Amino acid sequence: MKVTRREFVKTQAAVAAATVAGVTLPASKTALAADDEWEKGIRWDKAACRYCGTGCSVLVGVRDGRVVASQGDPDAPVNKGLNCIKGYFLPKILYGKDRLTQPLLRKKDGKYAKDGKFEPVSWDEAFDVMADQWKQALKKKGPTAVGMFGSGQWTLWEGYAASKFIKGGLRSNNLDPNARHCMASAVGAFMRGFGADEPMGCYDDLEMADTFVLWGSNMAEMHPILWSRLTDTRLTKPGCEVHVLSTYKHRCFELADNGMVFVPQTDLAILNYIANYIIQHKAYNKEFIEKHVNFTKTPTDIGYGLRPEDPREKKAKNRAKGKLTKISFEEYAKSVEPYTLDYVAKLSGVSKHKLERLAKAYADPKRKVSSYWTMGFNQHTRGVWVNGLLYNVHLLMGKISEPGNSPFSLTGQPSACGTAREVGTFAHRLPSDLVVKKKAHRDYAEKVWKLPEGTINPKPGFHAVLMMRKLHDGVMNCYWQMCNNNLQAAANLNNESYPGFRRPENFITVSDPYPTVSAQAADLILPTAMWIEKEGAYGNAERRTQFWREQVKGPGESRSDLWQILEFAKRFKVEEVWPADLLAKKPEYQGKTLYDILFENGQVNRFPFEGKIMDERGNAYDNHESAHFGYYVQKGLFEEYRLFNAAPEAPKKGHDLAPFDMYHKARGLRWPVVDGKETLWRYREGYDPYVKVKNPQVAAGDVYFYGKKDGRANIITAPYEPPAESPDHEFDLWLCTGRVLEHWHSGSMTRRVPELFRAVPYAPVFMNRKDARKRRLRNGSLAKIQSRRGEIICRVETRGRNRPPEGLVFIPWFDAGRLVNKLTLDATDPLSKETDYKKCAVRITKA
Amino acid sequence: MAANTQPGRKKRESRGWLAANRWLLLRRLSQVGILGLFLLGPLAGIWIVKGNLSSSLTLDTLPLTDPHLLLQVLASGQIPEWSGWIGAGIVLLFYLLVGGRLFCSWVCPVNLVTDLAAWLRRRLGIRQSANLSRNTRYWMLGLTLVLPPVTGTIAWELINPVSLFHRGIIFGMGLAWTVILAVFLFDLLVSKRGWCGRLCPVGAFYSLLAWKSVWRVSARRRQQCDDCMDCFNVCPEPHVIRPALKGEGKGFGPVILDINCTNCGRCIDVCDQDVFEFSTRFKNRIESAGDPVTEGGKASSS
Amino acid sequence: MTTQTDRPPRDAGRRQFLVDTLRSACGVGLFGLGLGLFSGRASSLPAMRLRPPGALPEGEFEAACIRCGLCVRDCPYDILHLADVADQDLATGTPYFIARTDPCQMCEDIPCIQHCPTPALDRGLDDINESRMGLAVLVDQETCIAYLGLRCEVCFNICPIRGEAITLEYRHNPRSGKHALFLPIVHSDACTGCGLCEHACILDEAAIKVFPLKLAKGELGKHYRLGWKEKAKHGGALVTPDVEHHYNLPKGVEYDLQGKGLIIEDQAGKAKGGVPETPFSSNPLDTLNNSSLGRP
Repeated sequence: MKVTRREFVKTQAAVAAATVAGVTLPASKTALAADDEWEKGIRWDKAACRYCGTGCSVLVGVRDGRVVASQGDPDAPVNKGLNCIKGYFLPKILYGKDRLTQPLLRKKDGKYAKDGKFEPVSWDEAFDVMADQWKQALKKKGPTAVGMFGSGQWTLWEGYAASKFIKGGLRSNNLDPNARHCMASAVGAFMRGFGADEPMGCYDDLEMADTFVLWGSNMAEMHPILWSRLTDTRLTKPGCEVHVLSTYKHRCFELADNGMVFVPQTDLAILNYIANYIIQHKAYNKEFIEKHVNFTKTPTDIGYGLRPEDPREKKAKNRAKGKLTKISFEEYAKSVEPYTLDYVAKLSGVSKHKLERLAKAYADPKRKVSSYWTMGFNQHTRGVWVNGLLYNVHLLMGKISEPGNSPFSLTGQPSACGTAREVGTFAHRLPSDLVVKKKAHRDYAEKVWKLPEGTINPKPGFHAVLMMRKLHDGVMNCYWQMCNNNLQAAANLNNESYPGFRRPENFITVSDPYPTVSAQAADLILPTAMWIEKEGAYGNAERRTQFWREQVKGPGESRSDLWQILEFAKRFKVEEVWPADLLAKKPEYQGKTLYDILFENGQVNRFPFEGKIMDERGNAYDNHESAHFGYYVQKGLFEEYRLFNAAPEAPKKGHDLAPFDMYHKARGLRWPVVDGKETLWRYREGYDPYVKVKNPQVAAGDVYFYGKKDGRANIITAPYEPPAESPDHEFDLWLCTGRVLEHWHSGSMTRRVPELFRAVPYAPVFMNRKDARKRRLRNGSLAKIQSRRGEIICRVETRGRNRPPEGLVFIPWFDAGRLVNKLTLDATDPLSKETDYKKCAVRITKA
Repeated sequence: MAANTQPGRKKRESRGWLAANRWLLLRRLSQVGILGLFLLGPLAGIWIVKGNLSSSLTLDTLPLTDPHLLLQVLASGQIPEWSGWIGAGIVLLFYLLVGGRLFCSWVCPVNLVTDLAAWLRRRLGIRQSANLSRNTRYWMLGLTLVLPPVTGTIAWELINPVSLFHRGIIFGMGLAWTVILAVFLFDLLVSKRGWCGRLCPVGAFYSLLAWKSVWRVSARRRQQCDDCMDCFNVCPEPHVIRPALKGEGKGFGPVILDINCTNCGRCIDVCDQDVFEFSTRFKNRIESAGDPVTEGGKASSS
Repeated sequence: MTTQTDRPPRDAGRRQFLVDTLRSACGVGLFGLGLGLFSGRASSLPAMRLRPPGALPEGEFEAACIRCGLCVRDCPYDILHLADVADQDLATGTPYFIARTDPCQMCEDIPCIQHCPTPALDRGLDDINESRMGLAVLVDQETCIAYLGLRCEVCFNICPIRGEAITLEYRHNPRSGKHALFLPIVHSDACTGCGLCEHACILDEAAIKVFPLKLAKGELGKHYRLGWKEKAKHGGALVTPDVEHHYNLPKGVEYDLQGKGLIIEDQAGKAKGGVPETPFSSNPLDTLNNSSLGRP
């Protein structure tokens, strides 16, 4: 113990020294910073923050090809010049000392070998070996043998190009983003409830609401700037109230007027209690539900998204079923009747007066209520249900689609909305809410993409968790992970993801700027030019699309994900991947590469590149992708993508993006952007131009949920069902995982910022002091945390920012040295396929 | 004057190097060994002794505390903890038994430096020496005990070369080496055996413990002395030898009873005639000239 | 302790002895004076050095500390150092730590004080939260990014006396108009001076620093008491409680002396305070057309 404590501090000291020594600005430049001339030589330009879904804008200062300064963008409506602590250090994430600068391949005796050691190779060799592996797999098993795992941190066009390459080129639907771990349940509920993805409200609700309710969201740390806005409203608006629900006390409880810690999974029951309360007190908005709502029910006992041989799956009556059945209001009322105050208070462990206070806040017709949620709702084995249950409450009251009344799904990633969802990188999706299952949607996509009919596979591909299982079982053999760190992120690392990565016949490619845990387990590592080392676009949680230009060149031979996808597409002759009958429909494609067909299709390569990108102030910017391919790639891809959302014949309405050039000028625009006008609140006449288009008879200020054919949203009843794994006598504690303010996701960027590392160097296990005492542990002791799937060792934190109740512990997942996903269970919501990272059973002993 | 620069040469030549350096070797072993024990922790992670000569803890149980330092703490008005008392008591008892200044020659690391200075002084034939009274150290001792109540702090410890050096070796030297260098240069160039023999209040304190100490050097075979002066040359406190070696006629016994004898055993080492040996204070009878051991004769030659 | 030397003639010997003694005494005396003055320089702790938990007040500490380094050895995080002779302002050999590089990790078992042989470190301290190694001070509000409106709060998050030693004060950010400031405020009644906040401060030069108590604390005039605290301590007014007051007031108007002041009832008979229920019109469009929100 003594030695380890010592080592702990030694590392700390080393970091402290590095902080002093390794500041981005060399000392001489700091001195010069005072010099006006030097300061004037800085070229400033805007960019979207690299981290969360808030979508703050920053100004990046570049001099001599290096980012030397940054600031919060004072004109950005979201953050008004502010940043969180991660945003403060944005430039430093580019300059970690161990940036990857050349492709690395596992080799032995000069040849690729699964058990070889990483050696630097050229891009040519890297892609040769990779293409060879992919072609072998495709030949042997067909398109499902290869797959790509993308990201909600990809830029819009990277996601779009990947979708096109995998779905339109390789004809595999095995493309899924890490947003599967993050937003899939929210997407599922949006589609089921409203027939269109993404929130109806926007951040202005943060100033308009009278009551805020947080459901499984630690906004104080995960959406710091939005929390700052919410806090300001709470401070300055008389009568404003904040309700916070979570399975443990976190930073948001500091502001809470009504803080509630509930037993995991009982949020389902609490929401049904609120609905029941509203109905019992006849507080519901009768006119609204008669005009705008359908009542439905969803199949129950649907399993936990585990492998089919798991006993819990065998037992499930309606495994993964989600088809809705219409019911009456009375049937709905009856379905929530069992959720009485007494029953729910007992089940959830929340006191009656707190529950009642919460129910009253929703039921009060005079109060505007905005609800926010993140991973507590989404990473849930009943994530789609629980999202839906919250919409039920808002719909019953008609508190939706108007300023201040908003059920609002906050996204975790900077472009979970923009990239993962909107451009269709999910295994079942195509751009703009289209799905591969529907023939009309495939037809439209094929038409836009100029592909022969039948190119797109009608069967959804493997989702994130399934990919891991298929790699593990050797069904899928080639896996390309981009812009995320899934080996650290995916649940049940020991038994699913790691063995899958290392299975001898599998070939794993990881594209990353840094040597992450995933890269360590890969076979080929491709060095990535990140964030502002390329032209990019992100779409944040409030439907705001933001662009930036390439500010600096990526180090060494690093290349952007976009470049990598397009270059790799050049490696495939269409004959190698398309059957003859398909190719016969477009004989002009014979002998061409997928790159020729997908990207030099006369559409994407429509915009010439002049060698530099100029801004309005006369500054010139590089664009390495466009220089390489010979046309303005990003613009071409974006404008083609707009055919899915802004073209009059597009099958799904209401997703319109503005023309490409607009975004380089604006500080982000909230879609749908129609005739240059943004949309703040969707589905309400006056705010949303599509309401009148879809329903010309609509009354002024009325709503119309045009995502659904009849313009009605679904209230979907669903019961409380227990989680996949609960504590028992052997594993007696709940484990919840998540993030901390100082680190982004797996920490591959923020842990390379010395100051952030120093602030929170390692992941502790947050636990209740009483639980610690029972195990003869105290603050700072090393504890061994074990689940049925693995074990890790962490330091105990009993006095930290998170205060779990007895029986629950919380461990953040940013720490590559303590991989908490060795412990987690790969149970998912059977409908959204999103993993429940918030609930599994562990035990803790002294290490 | 070969004997002056190289005392013990005769013995070395006749009986070999080892015989002429036995006690010196053991002493160095003791000095280095004690340092080694303290260093085992920080260097190898084996924690037998923690702390330093000021106060230490052996095997997490046995406390040892420098009584001189404890006295200063008391003088400054602070009451030590029980472990401090016990530690000082143990040390006090030990040195009362074996001779206080055993500390100086067998434990104190500064001795390594001053011995080197003395050796170099002999080798280089430096004979000038400032006239410093050997009693100065007792004034210094007094000073170390007067300063705490006056200044409110144990001021001596700010510059005490003994603790500075020992702490420096174990906890990191910093600039403490400058003080040690000063001691070395002082001994080499200014005053022969000046630090340990004239100034050091730590040695002065320990000398007081030797008042009744048992373990002593005895010039038992003083009759065999051939007046080569090697013992005087090598002795850090040469004045202690004379009564025992030459005082037979004045009624002095053969045991060196002076409190400033450091029990270093160098006289035993260098004496070609085996005059000296370790003994106890109780064996201080005045032997007759016809002692069978001495064969007589030589004693009378002085 | 007489020295046994060859005796010179008696008179000369006595004179010599006197001279020698005087010389020694003067020499040592001068040396003592120097040392005494020298020791005075280190009587208060320099700004960036902190003592281990349970340390006596500076001055006393230097008198009691035996400079053995047992505390240094017993610190499981190796944060303590012994002062070098070159340390201008710190007593040689005494233990200290520097919060910015190695803060105290606040071990619950306080191992560093357990073997101290003197009262320098108070072995009686059994709750690390009661230790007072120093006091954190937010020295620079102009660079503390929390005061600039950024969401940092690293010091607050890392503080081991959570919610007591450092609290956050929410304040409206008038510049942005719609964000809150989360201002860290240090409370001396709970801050132990462990330095974790200073260590974690993400600025190039920490905006929150831990200083020795003497440097960090102000002191209220000895005569002055805080009325509200005294009243709370006493459990009521220290003097005879106020009488009940009555006022000449028009109908429908009340006056609350201690609380709300003038209370005017509206037509519905409902009490109305100084502020409307909400500042917003019930019609959302009124609010939206307001300049600050809803950009075109």
